[in-house]
Amino acid sequence: MTLIETVGLCQKYGEHDILRDVNLKVEPGETLALIGPTGAGKTTLLRLLNLLDIPASGRLYFDNADVSRASKARQEARRRMAFVLQKPVVFNSSVYDNVACGLKWRGVMGADLRTKVDPVLETVGLSVCRDRNARTLSGGETQRVAIARAIVLEPELLLLDEPTANLDPVSASKIEELIAGIIRQRQSTVIMATHDRSHGERLADRMAVLMNGELTQVGKSKDIFASPGSRDIAEFVGAENIIGGVIIASDDGLATIDAGGRLIEAISDYPDGEEVYACVRPENIILSISASHDSERNSFSGEIASVASMGPLCRIEVDCGFPLVALVTKRSAGELVLEKGKTVHAAFKATSVHVIRRQG
Amino acid sequence: MNEIWQGLIKAVELIVSFDQEVMEIAGRSLVIAVTSLGLAALVCLPLGGLIHARQFRGKKTLVTLIQTLYSIPTVVIGLFVFLLLSRAGPLGGLNLLFTPTAMVIGQALLVAPILLGLTISALSGVDGLLPDTARSLGANGFQTSLVVLKEARFAVMAAVVLAFGRAISEVGVAIMVGGNILGYTRVMPTAISLETGKGDLALSMALGMILLFIALIINFGLNRIQQG
Repeated sequence: MTLIETVGLCQKYGEHDILRDVNLKVEPGETLALIGPTGAGKTTLLRLLNLLDIPASGRLYFDNADVSRASKARQEARRRMAFVLQKPVVFNSSVYDNVACGLKWRGVMGADLRTKVDPVLETVGLSVCRDRNARTLSGGETQRVAIARAIVLEPELLLLDEPTANLDPVSASKIEELIAGIIRQRQSTVIMATHDRSHGERLADRMAVLMNGELTQVGKSKDIFASPGSRDIAEFVGAENIIGGVIIASDDGLATIDAGGRLIEAISDYPDGEEVYACVRPENIILSISASHDSERNSFSGEIASVASMGPLCRIEVDCGFPLVALVTKRSAGELVLEKGKTVHAAFKATSVHVIRRQG
Repeated sequence: MNEIWQGLIKAVELIVSFDQEVMEIAGRSLVIAVTSLGLAALVCLPLGGLIHARQFRGKKTLVTLIQTLYSIPTVVIGLFVFLLLSRAGPLGGLNLLFTPTAMVIGQALLVAPILLGLTISALSGVDGLLPDTARSLGANGFQTSLVVLKEARFAVMAAVVLAFGRAISEVGVAIMVGGNILGYTRVMPTAISLETGKGDLALSMALGMILLFIALIINFGLNRIQQG
């Protein structure tokens, strides 16, 4: 059973293709994170899913009904969903009236209205601001009004566009907690666009990667992070080490990749002679002063090119003939005295390498 | 100076005693101004919304043209309506010249550019994401329009008040197509003009005070609404 489905969905603004051939199915009760860089077309896709815009071509089905064009069916379907826009706009009225507006448009009045709105205000922690004009709220509070306004409708499909964008870290964390709670407690299906891949990873059952208007990969977040389908996806999901090479030998699923004279062993079924990228996540690289890691099939010595602090971690770039980035804890970096110019050994397992075929 | 002082005292007496002539002229002024305003608003507010919402070629030129007409001289509108309604004019057969109806038509035409232009400006001030927000929460087309209008309500109300002020205080149209006929088309501005010419300062001042009082009441009401 599918709640919402797109078939060959395309959207254009003028002559520009914003979305191309998007095919997506979302099951009831599922949380899907739509990830991709800024400008990938996430908002455009959400607007089409919320039936705010008409697609240039393609079909859109909501609860098995074709809602691509027919206006009456679109209005009815739209009332079964709610969309929190990236830049929430609140109406020039009280917080209560803002949250109640969607229900009023559906004909809910009087005591019924209060019975529905007050608990939601409590959930989002805005009961104390109930009678305040929503325009006087902070950014985080405004975002909470926008979320409350949507969830009070008990939508079958909740669409969220970058719900933590433009917020300070504390507010963003509170909003994320709130969304996590909503996903846990309510049975609604959620589609959430985010350029913050870790945000999507924490909240979603599945991820869909949107790149340049095309849906390039859909799957479980751990699969996308471990096995990105293309170099662009690998870059976006944080596989900082993307090393170009050619498979020169393969034996029983273990391939040897020639990366400019350095040999990398990886698990791959690609044949000899295939041009590939070997992707290794920085957190899977182990740095040591001496080459002593037995289980790692790949070990390279090189000079540290740069050391950068990233909160509790250090990002170390090692020149091994190709640049290799590793993440180590600050404590380890201190113990190993990892400094620029020092020679270290970088090691990683063959199973930590994800091999992508080079296209074009 | 003494004459002015005497006139002022008499003017207050005329107002306090609810002088029949003063009240009749004031009442007629109000009815004609409110009717013309209502007529113009009925057309211009939705039309302003439509012009704001639609994208079409020449939209900017049209808005500039509307804004230019804010300051059109009342006598030019008076002349236009006169030509329209005079016996030789295209609507001469309706025999509307020198009637309150003619004044209503003239004043409605006079205030239409103000209502139209300021409605477009008021709606332009509303966040472009507001209609989408309303629709995304399930509002239909009519409910979305109401939301946008409600957001722009203070600016639209200011436009209506400004238009009312122009309608009730203008002389040109009222004289040219109303004729300033006693007991029929005489309104406050035309009466003030005539009575001042005749030297009856008391009546002019009484009517002037009433005009100011109406303006005061309307502005007071508008401020209360905005604060509330």
